Amino acid sequence: MIRVRIQEAGFDVGAELAALQGERTDVGAVASFVGCVRGHTRDDDVSALTLEHYPGMTERAIEAMIVAAEARFDVLGALVIHRVGRLLPGERIVLVAVMSSHRRDAFQACEFLMDYLKTHAPFWKKETTPQGERWVDARVADDAALARWGLASSNAPAAGTLDDK
Amino acid sequence: MKLTLKYFASLREALGSGGSVDWTPSGEPTAAALRAWLCSQSDAQAQALAPGRAVRVAVDQTLAAESTLLHDGAEVAFFPPVTGG
Repeated sequence: MIRVRIQEAGFDVGAELAALQGERTDVGAVASFVGCVRGHTRDDDVSALTLEHYPGMTERAIEAMIVAAEARFDVLGALVIHRVGRLLPGERIVLVAVMSSHRRDAFQACEFLMDYLKTHAPFWKKETTPQGERWVDARVADDAALARWGLASSNAPAAGTLDDK
Repeated sequence: MKLTLKYFASLREALGSGGSVDWTPSGEPTAAALRAWLCSQSDAQAQALAPGRAVRVAVDQTLAAESTLLHDGAEVAFFPPVTGG
């Protein structure tokens, strides 16, 4: 079964979770995370978000993250759907779903995958605001989130670089 | 060595989506050496790939360190920090 899907189309969370579980009776927990487009940031209203990705690498990178999650947690199955293209406020961007025997591993593996994806999957977001379009800055807090799992991450620009904001 | 270059996001806007290059490294063929050579090719490249700018690199579709050694035929991508999710 394909575990990583990059697509422009939206997705139905209920249908995806039902398809993931199928007829299995060994699954005790399904944890899912849905990320959505926010209509405003600290500074501005956002009328649209445009997502770009690196075709091929994106799928490989996320598949490797699922393999890493399987090595750490009791994962019975996983699904990651990430949308690209132009999205409007309120629309869903990403779904991460993990099945496990018990809730703890399902919750943890889901959060692990999301923290990993935020800092290591090649996607880039551009916001449309009243001031024009601008690329979203990577956040140091997202690197810190992955570091909690014992994985070093230095995606966001270090203080003192030209891109430090 | 022949390489396939790819640029994404703000780097794609500045430099285009990439293409084939024929590079003759003067020393070790690292990703950092390639970046430095690209900087010497045009003002636009010098600005977009300037040292001190946050540029990430992937070699053959895997995130890589700047010290990674490149091989003939490699696909090398440069892009800003990622912001998905």
